[in-house]
Amino acid sequence: MSFDFDRLVVDDVSRHFGRRKALNRVSLSCTAGEIVGLLGPNGAGKSTLLSILSTLVAPSTGQVRYGDRTAQQAGPALRARLGLLGHDLYLYPELTARENLQFFARLFGLPQASNLVDDALTHANLADRADDVVSGFSRGMRQRLALERALLHQPRLLLLDEPFTGLDDGSGQALVARLKGLRDRGCIVIVATHDLDLAEGLLDRLAVLRDGRLLPVAASSASLRDRYRDTIQAAAAGASTGRGRHGQGGAS
Amino acid sequence: MTDFLRVAWIVMRKDLTVEMRSREIVYTTVFFAASCVLVFAFALVREGRPLEDAAAGILWIAIAFAGTLGLGRTFERERHTETLRALMLAPSDRPAIYVGKLLGMLALLAVVEAVLVPLVGIMFHASFLASPLLMLALLVTGTIGFASVGTLFAAMLVRARSRDVLLPVLLYPITIPVIIAGVRGTAALLQATPDEPMARFWVSLLVFFDVVFVTLSLWTFEPLMTES
Amino acid sequence: MTRFLTPLAFLLMVLFAAAPVVVAYTPFEQTMGLVQKIFYFHVPSAMMMFISAFVCGIASAVFLFRKSAQADRLALAAGELVVTFGLIVMTTGPLWGRKAWGVWWQWDAKLTSALLLWMIFIAYLLVRRFGGPGAEKLGAAMAIFGMANVPFVYVASMYWRTLHPAPTVVPSLQPGMRGPFWFCVASFAMLYVLLLTLRRRIEDQQASVEELYLALED
Repeated sequence: MSFDFDRLVVDDVSRHFGRRKALNRVSLSCTAGEIVGLLGPNGAGKSTLLSILSTLVAPSTGQVRYGDRTAQQAGPALRARLGLLGHDLYLYPELTARENLQFFARLFGLPQASNLVDDALTHANLADRADDVVSGFSRGMRQRLALERALLHQPRLLLLDEPFTGLDDGSGQALVARLKGLRDRGCIVIVATHDLDLAEGLLDRLAVLRDGRLLPVAASSASLRDRYRDTIQAAAAGASTGRGRHGQGGAS
Repeated sequence: MTDFLRVAWIVMRKDLTVEMRSREIVYTTVFFAASCVLVFAFALVREGRPLEDAAAGILWIAIAFAGTLGLGRTFERERHTETLRALMLAPSDRPAIYVGKLLGMLALLAVVEAVLVPLVGIMFHASFLASPLLMLALLVTGTIGFASVGTLFAAMLVRARSRDVLLPVLLYPITIPVIIAGVRGTAALLQATPDEPMARFWVSLLVFFDVVFVTLSLWTFEPLMTES
Repeated sequence: MTRFLTPLAFLLMVLFAAAPVVVAYTPFEQTMGLVQKIFYFHVPSAMMMFISAFVCGIASAVFLFRKSAQADRLALAAGELVVTFGLIVMTTGPLWGRKAWGVWWQWDAKLTSALLLWMIFIAYLLVRRFGGPGAEKLGAAMAIFGMANVPFVYVASMYWRTLHPAPTVVPSLQPGMRGPFWFCVASFAMLYVLLLTLRRRIEDQQASVEELYLALED
């Protein structure tokens, strides 16, 4: 029983933990073939939003719709179309690169697992290190492997939490190229990142979170860095003059 | 159904492969179990010699302690790499992951018991081989009972505070019937003439326990492991 | 429900004022004499302890599967009452036992089950307190598993020594004792309902305060 969707709708989602509101009435929508950047200071709620989108955490109020179904309606088959690359890379350090990929391929029930694994290893540029244990890999190598792991089942929605951390320039650029390729093939890519330089050429759209709220994005300026800064400043100004209201995800 | 078993099998094989690379948990848990036995041998003493009647009790206490330690270490490893989240993201039935983890724990405990039973037998002059089949039945059903609740609790505690101490605090009261049944059944078999009907009674109690608690664990695994 | 709290509390005061008088007029039991009269408080407390354990277990299951925060608050109140009534049982029991049998404790089925149930729910409160965020679910699992455990502990402690069930230690009721006994049971039942409702209300109000805090942030 397979399931697919081409639109992701975040509908008035809030999430609180006790008294702390991690997300406050966030609304956002994305279509297939888009790269959306999720920016914001630490503690803004980016990781929480990604956890909700990956179905690991349920929203306190509001809904997330994949196509026209919620996570509950779509059932386990939804997870076959989601890929998450978290801050912790979800790799088993005691296993080799090949074994890690093989495990996830089999777990996801993918046909012709060994071919997929070989392709993934090539994509990650790790074909020559395929049979080395992951604990000996650098951060960049692990990141590449983890990305391939998240892509093995060809997800429709790819969620990345700070993927550029610890990558050198070359690897960062390679990742940007890979994500663009995925976008061109119809993937929805949502990237939470601090790295504004790398995100510069990558993002189609921008969503800025602060204190759990989505801020209205400043109208287009020259660079991403400027737009981000303007957005945050506008929100701070708005908050000091009166009550800030929640906003929608910005257009590009 | 086959998909369920397939996923459980894959998870178990992965756990065993990971463990076999370093064998850290196996070695340390077996050694810990042996030390437990020694501590009890010196603690429970009559007329300067270990108390032979205590063999049954010591065996099961060592299994419980070693099991708790093994559970803690196994899930600590998963927590360290956050890979439990990755497992939860798979499109399979989530209880299948529980079963896979349980099978891995059973394999670990089987190794521990393979060392413990002869050790206790030798040190306490206990004839475990008198009724081998019933003894094996007791060990199997008892271990499944302990491990089924233990795996669920250890998994649900992975993200909790004070998880090290909370695991035994929660696990021991719930598994007391397993200890009672295991010890009484083993003691019945260790008598001069093994009391087989008694042992069979305890085995059937353990079977009931296993059925009830494995079912409960399968039901509650998903709501416990997801945040809502 | 809350309308009835004040009249209920008043009625309860009357009942508990009457109880010692009622109990004083019960016939003396042959072997144990005056000491046996602890039984009029001990047994109803034990009954309330068991009932509360089931309330907690069922409420926990509702919380876990239907994600009802209300059920969780009821479960917490019930869990606390298991420990409270359990404390009464565990102090009156040995006091009675010391006089009646000469020993503070015996390992018969009822006592062992009661002790274990008490410990399970102490563990329930410990995990709710020290489990950090999300501890409500951990507690719920403990309550459900604990409740499912009760029959097993009972059977195991019954057949512990021999294959034949050990004789029960609690004597049966003489005719003259039944009236006062059920009077005490009714009083304790009402006390239980009162305490449960009050405790649950405190939790409900706490939850309302939390919601107000959250709304404030808007």
